[in-house]
Amino acid sequence: MSLIDYFKARKKTTASVAKERLQIIVSHERTQRNQPDYLPDLQRDLVAVIRKYIPISDDMVQVSLDKTDDHSVLELNITLPEAS
Amino acid sequence: MAEIIVVTSGKGGVGKTTTSAAIGTGLALQGHKTVIIDFDVGLRNLDLIMGCERRVVYDFINLINGESNLNQTLIKDKRIDNLSILPASQTRDKDALTIEGVQKVLDELKKTYDFIICDSPAGIEKGAMMAMYFADRAVVVTNPEVSSVRDSDRILGILQSKTLRAENGGEPVREHLLLTRYSPERVEKGEMLSVKDVEDILSIPLLGVIPESKAVLSASNQGNPVILDEESDAGQAYKDAVRRLLGENVEHRFLTASRKGILSRMFGGR
Ligand SMILES: Nc1ncnc2c1ncn2[C@@H]1O[C@H](COP(=O)(O)OP(=O)(O)OP(=O)(O)O)[C@@H](O)[C@H]1O
Ligand SMILES: [Mg+2]
Repeated sequence: MSLIDYFKARKKTTASVAKERLQIIVSHERTQRNQPDYLPDLQRDLVAVIRKYIPISDDMVQVSLDKTDDHSVLELNITLPEAS
Repeated sequence: MAEIIVVTSGKGGVGKTTTSAAIGTGLALQGHKTVIIDFDVGLRNLDLIMGCERRVVYDFINLINGESNLNQTLIKDKRIDNLSILPASQTRDKDALTIEGVQKVLDELKKTYDFIICDSPAGIEKGAMMAMYFADRAVVVTNPEVSSVRDSDRILGILQSKTLRAENGGEPVREHLLLTRYSPERVEKGEMLSVKDVEDILSIPLLGVIPESKAVLSASNQGNPVILDEESDAGQAYKDAVRRLLGENVEHRFLTASRKGILSRMFGGR
């Protein structure tokens, strides 16, 4: 292995950083794609209500709407801090 | 049966007009009657790339409004028999593009043309939505760069929900990835996303890879679509892409750095 190859192998290339970042943001945006417009507002309101009782941050709440042929499921996921 | 192909990207300046001109010209060279429509209302540019800017009399909006007919408005290419250009309006507002108006013109073009290429403006506003609405196929032009890839994914979402095919719930728009301005040297150094990286993220079939090439600028300087420059790497890559678009199985080229002498590499000769 040449010295150059050695450093290449050790250091993450900027292209691989770009790929990882894209994979994360694109998959996040895809899940939001077919969601109704009110969902972000709903999420904000829910966080506000829950925060009255438990200290949580915005990213601890996930709201999604899954549609099947005959019904929809509104899914609410809240990750609570350890001690609560 | 006429096919409508939109050339789109979301992000601006990635090579949509270059691609529309090249692919439209390539299809006509293969014997298919082809028209290229410029949907970039207010920022007309296809005419310059095709070298017919002095011959524009009427435009797409005149045609929609019935102020001119097809014969008066279409510009026949002087080099290639089967090829026409429909220029965008330079003075009107993009609100002049209506679904009904665009449909009327497309229906008329479908009677005589095999391929209708729609050169989309950047963004996701009216002009871009109109360019893709009636499409049967989409060529999604992407540069190996984070913002372009993300915007392409966004456009794919819109193609899957806001087009006539999506609304009718039948066969969806057929999507093709065209990766342009690709530098194999930089990919090999780990400085640029590779073809495989972009395919992994967007997961749509690859139509072609167009290398970053000096030939593109010199072609546009002269008003010649780059596909007519048969010596050039970009011209050849577009030619391959057209054959794939027509269903041929053509191996991908220009994906690896050309091996050069150590001196030319050190001094950056290309
Ligand atoms: N393969 C390539 N190699 C080098 N330069 C290129 C290549 N493809 C496009 N370009 C250059 O990139 C610039 C933008 O190209 P083009 O006008 O086709 O993009 P566009 O997507 O139509 O832009 P807009 O969004 O403004 O309509 C031009 O200067 C063009 O010469
Ligand atoms: Mg353009």
